[in-house]
Amino acid sequence: MSDQAPARRWTMWLPLALFAGFVALVLYGMLRPASREVESAMIGKPLPAFALRAAVPERPGLSSADMQGGKPRLLNIFASWCIPCAVESPQLARLQAAGVEIHGVAIRDRQADVQAFLARNGNPFGRIGADDVSAVQMAIGSSGVPETFVIDGRGVIRYQHIGDIRAEQVPMILEKLKEAEK
Amino acid sequence: MRRLIAVLALLCALPLLFATPLAAQDSLPPAPYAYRQLDDPALEAKAHALMLTLRCLKCQSQSIADSDAPMAGDMRSQVRQRIAAGESPEAIRAWLVERYGDYVSYEPRLSPLTWPLFAVPAALLLVAFLLLRRRFGGGKPR
Repeated sequence: MSDQAPARRWTMWLPLALFAGFVALVLYGMLRPASREVESAMIGKPLPAFALRAAVPERPGLSSADMQGGKPRLLNIFASWCIPCAVESPQLARLQAAGVEIHGVAIRDRQADVQAFLARNGNPFGRIGADDVSAVQMAIGSSGVPETFVIDGRGVIRYQHIGDIRAEQVPMILEKLKEAEK
Repeated sequence: MRRLIAVLALLCALPLLFATPLAAQDSLPPAPYAYRQLDDPALEAKAHALMLTLRCLKCQSQSIADSDAPMAGDMRSQVRQRIAAGESPEAIRAWLVERYGDYVSYEPRLSPLTWPLFAVPAALLLVAFLLLRRRFGGGKPR
């Protein structure tokens, strides 16, 4: 009995210690700010095949074949009804001025609305496809607007930017495009 | 009386003022099968059971069956059309998980990350069983 006493004293606290550890884990999980972003699991995979009709008569429609060959390009998921999309338009204009090829996918949008959006915010897009039922959005694992994907010359998705591109993020996007050249 | 009607009309019109920004999300009609059930009740039941276990990515705590978000409607339409085309629910789930990760599915899945969730309760039960047997079992007083 007497030689067992130290061991028992130690084990007596074990359940409480385990419980305290559990409480700490729960508190950590609950107090940590939750990420609201759903990242695409398609990074590193080839862009799924798609063909979208033109969203506006001024620009041709967009198919997955247009995102292949040569240099990396940006695929911008946007909508005229999306306010952050309008906010990021100066950044897209800067990227286009830097020589970046940008193609757009307009989500659940009407031709007249897209035209008004482009007239108001400028048109950095080479091609604009109309995705009326979010089919392409789902196929590439995008869950909102705006999102911007870097697609390399072989048509592989290399990077996903969730939310609007802010002014200070333009160099980062250019860096990602350069990385995608490799 | 006329003034009362005017005031009432104004009061009725007031909510419209606040409703417009919400309605401005998008103006397209919903996808073909977003709010329309499949004609075959058996297929619809299959599709609905799957939709209950898929997460709405815009609203995050709802299933796509529960949500009125346009994207949830598009997902429902996609699910119904694929089921109608003869695809199995698990293949559709796998297609979505391939795109959005495990996050999109509410159904628990055994993976290198989640196995402790299944193993720990079993291990705890085993430990409890062994401890209780040592204390009460055997019948041999020490």
